[in-house]
Amino acid sequence: MILSRRMALVTATAAALVIGASACGSDAGSQPPPGQAALEGVGPITLVTGKDTSGNLQNQVDEWNSAHPEQKVTVIELPEDADAQRQQMVQNARTQSDAYGVLNLDVVWTAEFAANQWVVPLPEADFPLGDLLPATVETGKYFKRLYAVPITSDGGLLYYRKDLLDAAGLKPPTTWAELEQACAKVLPASPGTACYAGQFEKYEGLTVNFSEAVNSAGGTVIGDDGRPTLNTDAARAGLRFLVDGVKSGEIPQKARTFKEEEGRRAFQSGELLFHRQWPYQYAKAGATDGSSAVAGKFAVAPLPGADGPGASSLGGHNYAVSAYTKNKKTAVDFIKYSVSEEQQRKNLEKTSQAPTWASLYDEADLVAKFPYLTVLKKSIENAVKRPAVVKYQEVSRAIQEAAYGAMSGATPPEDALKALQDKLESLTQ
Amino acid sequence: MVTIAPVEPERPEPAGPGRRSGTGGLAALLVSPTLLVLGLVVAYPILSAVRLAFFQRDDGIDPETGLREQGDVFVGFDNFTDMFTGDTAERFLNALTNTTTFTLVAVSIEVVLGVLMALLMHRAFRGRALVRAAILVPWAVPTAIAGLLWRWVFQADGVANDLLPGAPVLWTTDGAQAWLAVVIADTWKTAPFIGLLVLAGLQVISTEIYEAARLDGAGPVRTFFSITLPLVKPTLLVAVLFRVLDTLRMFDLPYTLIGPGKDATDTVTVLAFEEAVKFGKYGPASAYAVVLFLYVAAVAFVFVRLLGADVFGTRKGSR
Repeated sequence: MILSRRMALVTATAAALVIGASACGSDAGSQPPPGQAALEGVGPITLVTGKDTSGNLQNQVDEWNSAHPEQKVTVIELPEDADAQRQQMVQNARTQSDAYGVLNLDVVWTAEFAANQWVVPLPEADFPLGDLLPATVETGKYFKRLYAVPITSDGGLLYYRKDLLDAAGLKPPTTWAELEQACAKVLPASPGTACYAGQFEKYEGLTVNFSEAVNSAGGTVIGDDGRPTLNTDAARAGLRFLVDGVKSGEIPQKARTFKEEEGRRAFQSGELLFHRQWPYQYAKAGATDGSSAVAGKFAVAPLPGADGPGASSLGGHNYAVSAYTKNKKTAVDFIKYSVSEEQQRKNLEKTSQAPTWASLYDEADLVAKFPYLTVLKKSIENAVKRPAVVKYQEVSRAIQEAAYGAMSGATPPEDALKALQDKLESLTQ
Repeated sequence: MVTIAPVEPERPEPAGPGRRSGTGGLAALLVSPTLLVLGLVVAYPILSAVRLAFFQRDDGIDPETGLREQGDVFVGFDNFTDMFTGDTAERFLNALTNTTTFTLVAVSIEVVLGVLMALLMHRAFRGRALVRAAILVPWAVPTAIAGLLWRWVFQADGVANDLLPGAPVLWTTDGAQAWLAVVIADTWKTAPFIGLLVLAGLQVISTEIYEAARLDGAGPVRTFFSITLPLVKPTLLVAVLFRVLDTLRMFDLPYTLIGPGKDATDTVTVLAFEEAVKFGKYGPASAYAVVLFLYVAAVAFVFVRLLGADVFGTRKGSR
């Protein structure tokens, strides 16, 4: 049987290939973890970051390069989408490639990258951590060691229609009850405007909004011991704020399809009285070229909470050093350069990204240029970091599952929280 | 797509050993580069995915340093039993149901529309070239882009809700309407594909047969069911087979149009992608892929063996 002899040949060839390749694969996994000794190596490195929409990053890098011609930094731009960035960084780490040097990590990725030893611990004394906002420094730590240095920060703000509140003689709300009262008073006179929205589509934004609601009610999602704490009254109050909002119509039904941009469009066309959003909306909603119907009619306030000011989820980005890059000393020096007050000021002026250098928030000329800075500083100082767990992606998906199901009315909030608590307990074991 | 090979008569077994001993070795040598390439791009990925399906990442975390254990552990059939009876069973079985219902419903609608399109494209009338081109446009749009276009149509204040009376439907949330949105988008996208293949089948039907039917007094309906459909059936079956196999591994539309993590639209491929790429759990992800692979293979087998889809064009009539 010629056919079967050929088949045998194919199978043998394929099997040889498989065995050869898988042997290579398992070698890679069993290598000892990269050393945690001194960070050495001077020479060219890469800076791996999401798409630079600000346009200032290249300036920063050029300035460094002209001062350090022997330690050139090359920017590698990844897609704008955070999941895609993380994917490529993880891929690079899994193949142990030295192509990536300094990694621009989202604050929620620190635990995962540190636990897998894809990034190296950094010497705390080398960085001006004392001058940075303490909440942001926390996001770079994992098991009390520093793995990443905060470069930009982000906090949620309550955007509100100042014109409508002023006309009703109201101040921006500091509690959920005040927010509801304000809506009850203002909305009957302004048809087509809804009370409140955030980011409620089933994605990372919902994790942010749910965590914020729980934190603002005085609870936590994951406690200091790394275990979930959703069987508390505070957690129930937080979820109830979102669920009751949808039920009563204060949160419009269609807000359940909102990511950042859908919500921004709604706020800009005057469909929302209150909107929980990141600072980037300030410039766009204030644009006077006709793209925004609310230019000059809105202002920002800290997020409201159950009994007082709420607590935002902390956003932002940190720089970390890939475990597989050769020139780690250069990488550390470049991070030091990027986090410096001078570079952060330039970056704020050019891109309006929130800095991590605390004193920049209080400089009069900067506050004049970016009026939201004062409120933002307060928001970041009170902000709570999202769960710092290794399986963050799975935890986040479980949170979205629970919050989305409860807000759509498919699951009673009590059951959703109970299921979430169980799920997170197994994920954080 | 449909390769036409000459029909060879069955050859008797070689008379005895040694008859082709010289040529056999040479032949093996000559085809070995092809086999090597096939082994690399077909056999290796499949076998390595199957191997991966029996492993799981070590999830242990050092309580002192928080560092994760390195390496994978062999777990036997755990990934497969989890899928059907364990923690992930609910999600997986739901995804398998979605995959199946999408395939059944979408392909059925596509077949009806595709055949209608083919009949329209086949007729001679002014502007036929324009109609043919217009019908084929959706098929030429990359699926991920089509997903984004339809997302825009189906958003809360989008075109779909403007056209429909009553309260706005939240298409892109979870539920039956999201499922329907995917079916609509998929039908729009791929009915032209069936139309195209069926059109090719229609063009080889000789006009004499139609003339004979007309002389015998058959009306248009009778002609369609007694002549057009039986004669176009071999082509149609191949088209349906391709569509079914394609729809069984549908990924881009649910992912871009509705988003991952929605119970109503998650397919097996979306699940596998999330497990592997997002959660870094390559073992369970490979197990999903392997099960889907077997499912697709079984469906293909049924089509070829029971319904007689003539994929390789080796039967009579294909010349």
